[in-house]
Amino acid sequence: MSRQRDYTPTELLAVVASRMLSDNQSVFVGTGLPLIAGMLAQRTHAPGLLLFFEAGSIGPRVPELPISVGDSRTYHQAIALSSMHDAMSLAQAGYVDVGFLGAAQIDPFGNINTTVIGPHDRPVARLPGSGGANDVASFAARTIIILRQSSRSFVPKLDFLTTPGYLDGPGARERAGLPAGTGPFRVITQLAVYGFDDRSRRMRALSLHPGVTPEKIRENSGFDIPIGEGIGESPVPTAEELKLLREVIDPKGVVLGK
Amino acid sequence: MPGSRGKSRDSESAAAFGLQERDLFWYLRAGSNQEAEMEILQSGEGQLLGFRDPDENRAWVQQNKTRALVDKRMSAAEAVSRFVQDGDFLAMGGFGHVRVSMALVYEIIRQKRRGLRMAGKTAVHDSDVLIAAGCVDQIEVAYTFGHELRGLSPASRRAAQTGRLKVVAEISNAGYQWRFLAGMMGLPFIPTRNMLGTDTLKKSSAKVVRDPFTGKPVCLVPAAYPDVALIHVHRCDRFGNSQIDGILVEDFELSRCARRLIVTTEKLISEEDIRREPGQTVIPHFLVDAVVEVPYGAHPTLMPDLYYSDEQHIAEWLALSRSDEGVQKYLDRYVFGVPDFAAYLEAVGGRARMQQLGRIERYEEPSVAPWAQRDGKGER
Repeated sequence: MSRQRDYTPTELLAVVASRMLSDNQSVFVGTGLPLIAGMLAQRTHAPGLLLFFEAGSIGPRVPELPISVGDSRTYHQAIALSSMHDAMSLAQAGYVDVGFLGAAQIDPFGNINTTVIGPHDRPVARLPGSGGANDVASFAARTIIILRQSSRSFVPKLDFLTTPGYLDGPGARERAGLPAGTGPFRVITQLAVYGFDDRSRRMRALSLHPGVTPEKIRENSGFDIPIGEGIGESPVPTAEELKLLREVIDPKGVVLGK
Repeated sequence: MPGSRGKSRDSESAAAFGLQERDLFWYLRAGSNQEAEMEILQSGEGQLLGFRDPDENRAWVQQNKTRALVDKRMSAAEAVSRFVQDGDFLAMGGFGHVRVSMALVYEIIRQKRRGLRMAGKTAVHDSDVLIAAGCVDQIEVAYTFGHELRGLSPASRRAAQTGRLKVVAEISNAGYQWRFLAGMMGLPFIPTRNMLGTDTLKKSSAKVVRDPFTGKPVCLVPAAYPDVALIHVHRCDRFGNSQIDGILVEDFELSRCARRLIVTTEKLISEEDIRREPGQTVIPHFLVDAVVEVPYGAHPTLMPDLYYSDEQHIAEWLALSRSDEGVQKYLDRYVFGVPDFAAYLEAVGGRARMQQLGRIERYEEPSVAPWAQRDGKGER
């Protein structure tokens, strides 16, 4: 790669995530990067993307990045204003195609921790907890997880399993009683896109971002991630996508400035 | 699965939903669709907060909640002194930084309530200041310790990490919501399909049983009956009949499961106004114990259609709350140093500031994010 890249790693994350969404899908989002991906998809290839927010907004056209997840920006021009009971029940009943989550730590099975670093009763770092993450990952047909990758965030064993991925392997979700056929679908980091092996339910690399080497993936993971021969490169942002992100969706850099 | 259904049809319908063969195996195996004993498969270790036998609660409701149209208007100080007791299990209406009855939160701090146990159901600025001020020392966490996109909450994290605050249980947002739903329905629990297989369940007060209808494991979240709930609304009459604009979050359920309910309102309207549009009523009067008229009573959180969150004020709190001394400075400036919420509003910028937040909420002026940076440092 000799060409100077004109986008940040966070902008690349948003674009890669956005392109995973299809028109006329329903997506359960919080605010932050997941919502930015949804807003970008709505403004490009997926105008019919149906957004669900846990606090009760259904089908909004979000004008600018909301700061709070129940912010009135989350229900601008929505088709229905309802309640958490309604939004979560619709998800539990199967009306949510994609759930979008962030995470502090992830393990090889796509389980995530947003609760605590260190022991639960004597936390080294206390984090916010599940919020709606456990619910979204339990109910959505497919879950996409976005996080910053490092050897500290990609860990072989979580300090706390807040939110279910494939738990301890094939069939574990169904054995635990989670809705059949659900689970993590993709993990997107600043380095690569990952999926899960159908047989082992372990994470594997699907595409590396431009300029990222397999060594870099290894350096930034606490567990082994299979990287296939001749693995492809992730898509790069177009000028139009960058313009939308910087000028319309998050002009203040609330998320994309990080 | 009923035995009469062929596997080919199951495979087809499974394939239509993107199920793998492997999933299907567990799907069929787990779902025998046969009657099963309702054995307890797992019990969460978390403390069971705010649970009551539904019959005990029915008796309490019958004795303590009048159905009469009684004028319940009073000051915030009187409402807190009468209905919020030391040690109460407290739940706030609204969600995150939206429609939170901050006028009552500051009044609780001013009256130095202690030993409160709080529902951390996406509790942010409210729980952060209550924990920092020493009012809340136990919490059940769905989402706490964060200020959403603004970052983590220094004061309440410090309290948790030093042991001043005890996290007595974990749960998820939907889990909390359904605890309120079970309470509202007068039931001991609600079956749900979240939290299963996780440490969130292990540290919760939920149980997993084998569902007698499908034979699959199902989570039971226990009912919650908060001792007191505080809900900020757009308008209500003097009896407490209340209307809320925008999303309800879980306030429909919370207003119905809490024993005592204080409603703060932007505006008082007449009973005739309520009866003209009864479809707008979210909370009927017999659930309400006190009505407090407090314009801008959600500040610094957002009140849908009326005013945006005060990001400068929240940024000031986030900066000051990095130290215990800073917390004290904030509390002296905005709580102990002022007699009431009206004086607080003057201290945070008065009418001019409130009107500006109104313009931001109506998109007439851009919002600000003083805690964010787009300064070129963003790795571009």
